[in-house]
Amino acid sequence: MTILANSLVIFFISIGVIFIVVTAIGLVRLPDLYTRAHAASKSATLGVMCVLIGVFFHFWLIEDHFNPRILLGILFLFITGPVGGHIMTRSSYIAGVKPWKGTVRDELGPEIDRMKKEQGVK
Amino acid sequence: MAFQMILNFVLAFVWMFLSSNYTATGFIIGFLMGIILLIIMRRFFKSRLYIYRLWALLKLTLLFFKELILANVQVLKVVLKPKLDMQPAFFAYPTVLTEDWEITLLSSLITLTPGTVVVHVSDDAKTLYVHAIDISDVDEAVASIRDSFEKAILEVSKS
Repeated sequence: MTILANSLVIFFISIGVIFIVVTAIGLVRLPDLYTRAHAASKSATLGVMCVLIGVFFHFWLIEDHFNPRILLGILFLFITGPVGGHIMTRSSYIAGVKPWKGTVRDELGPEIDRMKKEQGVK
Repeated sequence: MAFQMILNFVLAFVWMFLSSNYTATGFIIGFLMGIILLIIMRRFFKSRLYIYRLWALLKLTLLFFKELILANVQVLKVVLKPKLDMQPAFFAYPTVLTEDWEITLLSSLITLTPGTVVVHVSDDAKTLYVHAIDISDVDEAVASIRDSFEKAILEVSKS
């Protein structure tokens, strides 16, 4: 039983660490802010979530201590992770950060131009 | 939905008082009997039975976890590919959702799912501007969002 519990913990924590490493590699390798936001907002959320689940199982199954704060932490990560990615990309687009030259299609540019004109921002 | 849930709780407490059994078991028995009563009396409610809505919510959660794992595998593939040959794009996604919380939920779900991040929501909240990391075909991405998430959210919010 202890072996089973331990392997569960090891499984979740290693998956989480792998995804966090992928996030870091993505932040270095990807060409522009918008593609980096993909790596940062998705992989980081799942990575941290998996590590937290691993910690939760460790304390629950091995130390026999049920800690609901970890579950709440996972919930808060779910709520705040995507909003962070959204706000960062949106504010950079409005501030005028150019997308990568390989970007094939841009339907957002005209919309932002129209919005800026309406609000009198140059 | 909230009204039916409160009614169910009240029925459970009434059961506990009737049987003077103030334990969790008594509460659960009362709650289950309350559900049966609500099912019998369902034609007096204006909205659907709240059990359907809870079920839709559960399905949405499961769908979300599935898509989250797929999203991460896809990001992993893009990041670890030796050659950077993805084609990012911004595309507009017209949504049929109207309530603010539905649109917020949809944007969160889109952001956490394969290859898409919501960048901007138009002022009239009818269009979401989405950045896709690899746009082989926009139509397919739009169709997949529409078929999976929008349908699931509509299923939850339908009265």
